Formats: sequence, structure tokens, C-alpha cells
Amino acid sequence: MLAYIVRRLVATIPVMGVVAIFVFSLLYLAPGDPAAVIAGDLATADDIARIHHQLGLDEPFLVRFGTWAWSVVHGDLGISIFTNLPVTKLIAQRLEPTAALTVSTLILSVLLAVPMGVIASWRVGTWVDRAVMGFAVLGFSVPPFVLAYVLILVFAVYFDWFPVQGYASIADGLVPFLRHLVLPSTALGLIYAALIARITRTSMLEVLSQDYIRTAHAKGLASREVLVSHALKNAAVPIATIVGIGVALLIGGVIVTETVFAIPGIGRLTVDAILRRDYPIIQGVVLLFSAAYVIVNLLVDLSYTLLDPRVRY
Amino acid sequence: MTDAPIELEASLIARRQSRHPLLEAVRRHPTVALGSVILLAMVLIAFLAPFLGTVDPQALSPIRRLRFPQAANWFGTDMLGRDVYSRVIFGSRISLEVGLSVALLSTAIGLAIGLVTGFSRIADGSVMRVMDGLMSIPPVLLAIALMALTRASVGNVILAIAVSEVPRVTRLVRGVVLTLREQPFVEAATAAGTGFFRTLWRHILPNTVAPILVQGTFICASAMITEATLSFIGAGTPPNIPSWGNIMAEGRSLFQVAPYVVLFPAAFLSVTVLAVNLVGDGLRDALDPRLQRRM
Amino acid sequence: MARVRNSIWRGVAAAAVAAALLAPGAGHAQGSGKTLSFIPEADLRSLDPIWTTAYITRNYGYMVYDTLFALDENFKVQPQMVDTWKISDDKLTYTFTLRDGLKWHDGKPVRSADCIASLDRWMKRDVLGQSIPPVLGEMKAIDDKTFQIVLKKPFPLLLEAIGKLSSNVPFMMPEAVAKTDANTQIKESIGSGPFKFVASEWKPGAKAVFVKNPDYVPRKEPPSWAAGGKVVKVDRVEWDYIPDPQTAANALGQGEVDWWQQLPQDLVPLLAANKEVTVTSVDPLGSIGVLRFNHEQPPFNNPKMRQAVELVIDQKEMMTALAGDPKYWRTCYSYFSCGTPMASDAANAPLAGKRDFEKAKALIKEAGYNGEKIVVMTATDQPIVNAQALVTMETLKKLGINAELAAMDWGTLITRRASHEPVDKGGWNIFFTWFVAPDMANPALNAALRGNGAKAWFGWPNDPKIEELRDQWFAAPDLAAQKKVAEQIQAEAFESVPYVPTGMFVIPTAFRKNLKGVIVAPVVFLWNVEKG
Repeated sequence: MLAYIVRRLVATIPVMGVVAIFVFSLLYLAPGDPAAVIAGDLATADDIARIHHQLGLDEPFLVRFGTWAWSVVHGDLGISIFTNLPVTKLIAQRLEPTAALTVSTLILSVLLAVPMGVIASWRVGTWVDRAVMGFAVLGFSVPPFVLAYVLILVFAVYFDWFPVQGYASIADGLVPFLRHLVLPSTALGLIYAALIARITRTSMLEVLSQDYIRTAHAKGLASREVLVSHALKNAAVPIATIVGIGVALLIGGVIVTETVFAIPGIGRLTVDAILRRDYPIIQGVVLLFSAAYVIVNLLVDLSYTLLDPRVRY
Repeated sequence: MTDAPIELEASLIARRQSRHPLLEAVRRHPTVALGSVILLAMVLIAFLAPFLGTVDPQALSPIRRLRFPQAANWFGTDMLGRDVYSRVIFGSRISLEVGLSVALLSTAIGLAIGLVTGFSRIADGSVMRVMDGLMSIPPVLLAIALMALTRASVGNVILAIAVSEVPRVTRLVRGVVLTLREQPFVEAATAAGTGFFRTLWRHILPNTVAPILVQGTFICASAMITEATLSFIGAGTPPNIPSWGNIMAEGRSLFQVAPYVVLFPAAFLSVTVLAVNLVGDGLRDALDPRLQRRM
Repeated sequence: MARVRNSIWRGVAAAAVAAALLAPGAGHAQGSGKTLSFIPEADLRSLDPIWTTAYITRNYGYMVYDTLFALDENFKVQPQMVDTWKISDDKLTYTFTLRDGLKWHDGKPVRSADCIASLDRWMKRDVLGQSIPPVLGEMKAIDDKTFQIVLKKPFPLLLEAIGKLSSNVPFMMPEAVAKTDANTQIKESIGSGPFKFVASEWKPGAKAVFVKNPDYVPRKEPPSWAAGGKVVKVDRVEWDYIPDPQTAANALGQGEVDWWQQLPQDLVPLLAANKEVTVTSVDPLGSIGVLRFNHEQPPFNNPKMRQAVELVIDQKEMMTALAGDPKYWRTCYSYFSCGTPMASDAANAPLAGKRDFEKAKALIKEAGYNGEKIVVMTATDQPIVNAQALVTMETLKKLGINAELAAMDWGTLITRRASHEPVDKGGWNIFFTWFVAPDMANPALNAALRGNGAKAWFGWPNDPKIEELRDQWFAAPDLAAQKKVAEQIQAEAFESVPYVPTGMFVIPTAFRKNLKGVIVAPVVFLWNVEKG
């Protein structure tokens, strides 16, 4: 098991390497010049040229990449061009809201979607099944920001049950923390829940058509028991897989959700950085996101041993 | 955005690939028919846009700005006094173009790379590392970054979204090929001296059609939503070309004052994406013999 | 035009009077335990108001730093950190004495040497400040609180420059900080202003926090723009940057924030309907839209082409698209900000008269334009820029000009506008921006008006006549003489068309009814505000 983990972690190094080279080249080719953005509206061409030089943006590609990669390996993601603050610090101060949002969305979606998928497969072909599938298809069809606005309008403005925007740190108390998370998690979770509900249904149907389930039925086991203790257990692996793969979806959604709800997380940091060409932040954040994706999927793979005793590493 | 489950689902399907004629399947699944009818209607709307009582979707008229829906402007007017109805109708062209082009482009590229990597062990190692790397970047983030790199145009939006979808198609095709390669009929064909390309053409390619078709529809649906998301972030279609995405993006700051500017394109987008998803779902069920039996 | 001016300006005047009445005099009992939550116009990213001209950093500067002189609402320069000053009879020696009790945030007293170093750094960066060194003899400290500026040649605008309202404002910084190279950003935030910046709570892109500076000694005069007593009546100010206007509107409507500095004009009805919220304009001047030509590239290197566009740009149409309700905009057919002393109607017929497409088409024909592609740049993330661009596109279409809209974000636009290349090699022909009125109030400040060719602001107009008149304006002995030269400059500008002013607009502000004492000024000031 330990050997497997080590092997997997080693295997992530080339993946991260690809991401690093890719992102760096992309930004190298990008047309916006951070020097122009920094210099401001009234700057002259000389100002921009000087700042360009100060930032080292006129060095050759390989020199810039080498310098950057060397410091990344040493845990230094560089200094933000605009704020002069270390990128690691900027990321660190925004990690909590994003982590809280993704984790709460994850929990909410799984708690909601897995039972939905199970029930749909149990009652396949009935109106319950159609309703769940309808929800799933709808979840994929509504643009996330439209849903977010509608939620705000109804539950924050009209009913005044939840705050319109912002984030309360868990350090400020559990109740405000949760209250601030309800609407964004719902908006972000819809598509994710649709995804999980769907895959749960498909996997369950797959398992339910297997011979041993028929045998269990034939042996006279109650169908609820068969459903949960036999079928769901066997469907757990594909469900866990989709939870892992879907993390990429969540991270993408975080960017929009954080903007609409004014949550000071990494998603907003990313969009701001892209619009301003703050290269060190963009590079750092993309690396971070892809590392998170790789690690979550490693955890998912490891969870197989818990979910399915037949899996051994 | 919906492609992630499909990879898994489609590979499940591929294993149980049946030889049912496609048309037969469609007939047995009414949702496909419903989705197709809606899609056909949307395509007609897109083609016939100039004849559907529309005016120039660009024509500004600041005096007539932010009018509530009424006889002269069925969907109201936006903050620059442009007719929202005309913009939405003309906007259907862009969303459909983006959805279809992205689906075709990304499946074509993904299919080519997937077939090669599935067969060549040398290519497999290096190409799949690159694909893993690309795949670990969230697609929306990748598309935004690509848009920042290029000039805003419909073509670039299509390219940016397609690139971010390619790794997933590649993985899917490669998975199918790897499974098929070990199948008796492929091994038999190889043993019988059938050439590589012939094997590919006769035995492998036909078996990838079903999962690719299913995934293609979902990519199409997700591409339309991604286009809207890119516009929302300000990295999408240029503002002088009406697309559902940028009509909503421009209207969003006034959502509470003039909700119709957002809601009409949102409804069109949702219905279209819904139709595509229905077709995809129907196809998937149709191409999966086990599910079929249970229905 | 007069009517429009009346309605908006009268409203503003009323608001100004109301605010003045509501503003309790200096030395009033100070609030306790109060946090003011404020949505600023932009995200604070740089902490060096001398190094950048960004307005948000200027606003930050007014929180943390103090100035020697400051502009009041009558456009008069008033002492702020300075207690008394003397100008010698030959107008060459200025002697300044600082007020008592001025202290840096680290507790050290403010000394003459600090001020000299700060002025020195500012003169290297600021447009107006850069005109001083050529006539400057020396700056010397007499004692810790008294220093002198000795000129080689009279510079009548010296106090106006030092009391400049908008970017770059000559903020006073400790000598050690002010010695930083003018082209390198400072990272410290040690000022002597009414607020202290809490660096540990700064989250760029989201939040900036200030606390009241308990050691600040305000002047006794009532506040008037940047002048007068800066009495802080809250304990803490939080800038919560909320980029989404819909979210910001709801946050204010629900009382989650106290004050939203700039809201889109179209959201006014939504907030005005809320009994807890006041929507008003606290900016008595507003901002000015700018359509900028590239003077180096054809076809707009030909003045006839620029004149043609000037003849058909309709400020009313532009401003309606940009700001909607006429309460929030006015036409301004002058190259100097309407409502300031240099503004006039001199020679403004090409912009103020009837929009004459026939004459414009004739000019285009004379210029020999035959359908070359023209690139109009717009920034989709800047609604003010985008609205101007879209209206202009329609106007150019009507003129028969083959215009192509190049859409990008602001970050790309300001990179691309630096390109001197032809359009097919990544260049451009037209872009849009806007300036706050104080930045366009006179020939010294208006950067877009300059005609010094390749050294001029993006677009690079080459108009030696304007440059010559600009020098004359600097030398003008009094206001009347200045006005006369300004009229000549304007007449020349309407001929050579360095840019087209597209109108003047105010961006409304909205705050909770429990806020009292909001200062009416072209720059947002957070002192004197009380939270009830």
C-alpha cells in the first residue's frame, strides 16, 4: 500500500511538469503585458518599457522558465507583479474559503445525489426514476450563474434567509460560517449532484442486472437490503471515481460561484490574475489546482480498498 | 462540463457494444425524438433568423434602452436599446455553431490521438503524460487561459473549448482500443495477417462510434454552457456578435432591473442544452442493450 | 445643454449643501466601536500613489497619507499639513512651516527632511510635478519644521501643483521611504494621515482594512474636498471589493455593507426604492469619456478624417448609452472639464453643432479614404469603454467607414494601445477610456491633449502649436490670462482633434441612511463620515 502511494506520488511529477511547462509557455505567448497594466492609464511607452525590464520580462524564454522552475521546486511561487506580495501568501490567505466551499459542496452533493440515484435505479422506469433523471439533465442545462442569481433573488433578497454575498470564517462561529455557505454550495453543487446522481443510477443498474443480485432476490432477501448491502456496495467504486473526476468540474465552477457571491477565494484570485496578466499568480494557481486534482484522485483510488475489499494495492 | 461521467459510462457501454441498428434504437426511445425535434427547431430558427420578424441585432438605440417586453420588442430591449428578441434569435447561431464545432473538433482530434496511443506503446507513454497534465487543469480554467492568449473571436472560443475537451476524448478512445485489442476477434484478425490499418478500420473504429457519439452530444451540450461561462468571465465571444452567453453577460449587472435581458437567452440556452442532453441520454440508453431490456 | 447642466448640477449643489449641513464641525465627539464597510470602485493592488496613477491607490493615499496643501471645493488651494507659508516678493522663494503635532504612524515626528524627500520623488513621477525641476533651484530644510523651495524662475502654479487633488497627489512620506527610487514601488505604508493601513489583513482582490489613527490632529476648519479638518468618526474602515454589481447592490440593500462607492446608473432605481438607502452623487464634477485616435497610422493621421468623426460623434447618444438617465450625464463641448475655470465654448461648433454626416462624408472623401480597415478597440470588462465603442461602431458604419471591432479585456487593450505598428501588424486606430474631471481641468493636467508626438500619451498626436501654447499657459501670470490661452489651445484642439470628448458623466454612489457627513468631492474621502 505504502509502496503504491509512493509510486503514485512519483508518477505525478511528470504530470505536474507538463502542467508547469504548458502554463509557462502559454503565458509567455499571451498578448497582454503586465507592465502596461501596472503602469496605469497615464503611463508613457518609456514607463512601460522600464517596468518591463524591471520585471525581467525581456529575458529569454529559457532563462525565465529556468528561474521560475528552480524557485517552484524550492516552494517559492514568486512575487505577485501587482501587489508585491509572495504568491504563496496570496494563495494561503484565500485557501480557506475555497476549501470550505468545495468541501461543503462535495458533502451536500453526495448526500443528496447518491440516495437519489439509488432510488431511481430501484424504481427504474417509474416517475421517480424520470424525476431524478429529469433533475440530472436539468442540472446540466442551467448555466451556473443564472442559478446563482435566482437563488440570491429568492432566498437572500426576497425571503432574507441567507446572506447575499461574502464569506464568514469558521473562526467567526459555526452558524455564520454555514449560513454563508448554503447558497453558493447549492449553486455550485447542482451540476455536481446531477453528475453523481446519474452515475449512481447507471452503476446501480449495472450491478442490479448481475446474476448474484438475482440470486439474492431469489434467496428471498428484502429488496431494500439487496439494494443497499449488495448493490450499492458494488456500485461504490464507479461512484467514488466520478466524485474524484468531478473535482475538476467543481474547481471550474468555483471560479464563477466565487465571483457571483463575492467570496474571497482562489477562484476569484485566478480570474483577477488572468485579466491583469499577473503571471506568477496564474502559474501558481494552475499548478495548485492540478496538484489538488491529482491528489484527490489518488485519495479516490486509495478509497477503493475500503469500498471494495477485492481491490488490493 | 458533462463529459466526466460519460467517459466511464461510455466505456461501460463499449464493453457491451451491440449491433442494433441506430434507427431502431432511436425509435424505441421517445426522449431522443423529443430532443431531436427541439434541436431541429433551434437549427431552423438559426437558419431563418432574418425572416422571423427580427431587426438588426446590432442596431443601437440608446433612447429606447431597457424597455420591458412589448409588442415592438417581444423580449424587451437591453441597456444599449438593442432588441433582445433579435439578439436571442441571431444568438442561436453562435451557440449552435460553438456546440457543434467543439463536439466535432474535439472528438475528431481525440479519436485520432486515442487510436494512435491505444496501439502504439511508445506514443502511449509520452502522449498520455501530456494528456494527464492537461486533464488535471480544470477545463473552464484552461479555456479562460487560452482565451487570454488569443483574440476574442468565435473561432478562438471554439478552439479554446475544444482543446480543453480533447484529453477526455483521448482517454475514452484509448480505453476502448485497449479493451478491444485483447478481444478474440481482433487477435484473430491480427493472427490471420490482416494489416494494421485494416484492423483499425474494420474492427476498432466501428466499435468506438457508439461511445464517441454519446460523448460527442454531451460535449456539445457542455460547450454551449462553457461558451456562456467564458462570456460571463469576460473572455468569450466579442460583444458585437450576439451569443446567448454574451447577451446574458452584458445583462447580468441589471438582472434585478431588467431580468428579461438575462432570462430569455437563459431559457433558450437551457432548452437547447436540455434537448442535446436528451438526445445523448437516449442514445446512451439505446446503445446499451442491458438497460434497454429493463426499460 | 444648459438645461441638462442645470438639472444635474443643481442636484449636486443641493446634495453639497445638505452634506455640509449634516457635517458637524471639527472636534465633534467621536464615534466608538464603529466599522464602516465600504465597496470601493476598484481593487487596491499597488500601495504606492506616487508610482502609479491608479485612482484606487490615490484614494488609499488619502486614507494613509497627508498632504502639504489641498484643494477645496472652490478650486482654491488651502494649507493642510502646512501651518503658515510665505512667498517672497520676487516669487522665487517659498517658505513653509509645518503644523504642530504631525506624527508618522510609527510615532516619529514629521520633519522638513521628510517633506523635501517626498516632493523630490513626486517631481520625478507626476505630469505636473515634472514641470518643476527645470525651474527649481533647491529645496532646503531651515529647521525640523520649516523648509524652503527656491526657484530659478517664477512658477505661478507651484502651490496648485503641491495641492494637486488627483493622481499623482504629492503625499508626504517618511524620508527613508521617500528615498526609494521613483521607479520602484514602495511596500511600506507609513503615513501621517487620518487612517492606518492594516497590512496583515490586506487581501488583494478582496479586502483592505484601515483603522483610525488616534494620534492624528485634524485642522480646525470644516472639511471641504481634500482641505479642512479630517476628523475620523469610525474606528475601522473595511474596503470590501465586490466586482459583481448585482451582488454589491444586494449586499448594500440588505445592510451587509454601508456604502457602495460607484454603482452602474441603471441600478439606481433598484436601490432608490429601498428606504434604508440613499442614492446620490458625491462627485460634483464627474468623469469625461475619451475617443482616442492613433495619429501615427492612416487614415487618422489625416486631420480631415479626425474632423469627420468629430462632426458626427453625438455626446447625447454616447452618454445615454453609457449612463442612461440624463440625471447622470451632461454634454461637455470643451477640451477642459466643464465646471472648472478653464472650460469654455470657444470654437466648439464642430462638436456642439448639428451632427453633420454630409459634411463628414465630404471630408472623408477629401482625405482620400477608400475603405481601408479600421480597428476599434474595446474592453469587454469595462462597461464605460464598451458602451462608447459600440455606439462609435454604429456611427462609423453610418459614415461608410470600414470599421472592425477588436474586443479584448482591459489588460490586453492597454498593452495593444502601446503598439506603433499598422493595424495589420497588431496596431490600432481608435480606443476609448475616461478620466475624472480634475485630470482634464487644464492644459497642465490634460495628458491626452498634449501634442509632443512620440513622447505624448498613446495615440501620439504631433501638434507643436498646442505644445507652444501650453508653455505660454504655464507662464500666464493670472487666471484671466490663463483662460485666454486655454481658449486658444481649445480652438487649435478642435482643428487638430487629438481626441474627441464624448461627454461627461457622474457615477452615482449609494449608502445606508445611517451614514452621516459624507463629503461631496471628486475624490472619495472617508473622514467625517459617521455611522449612526
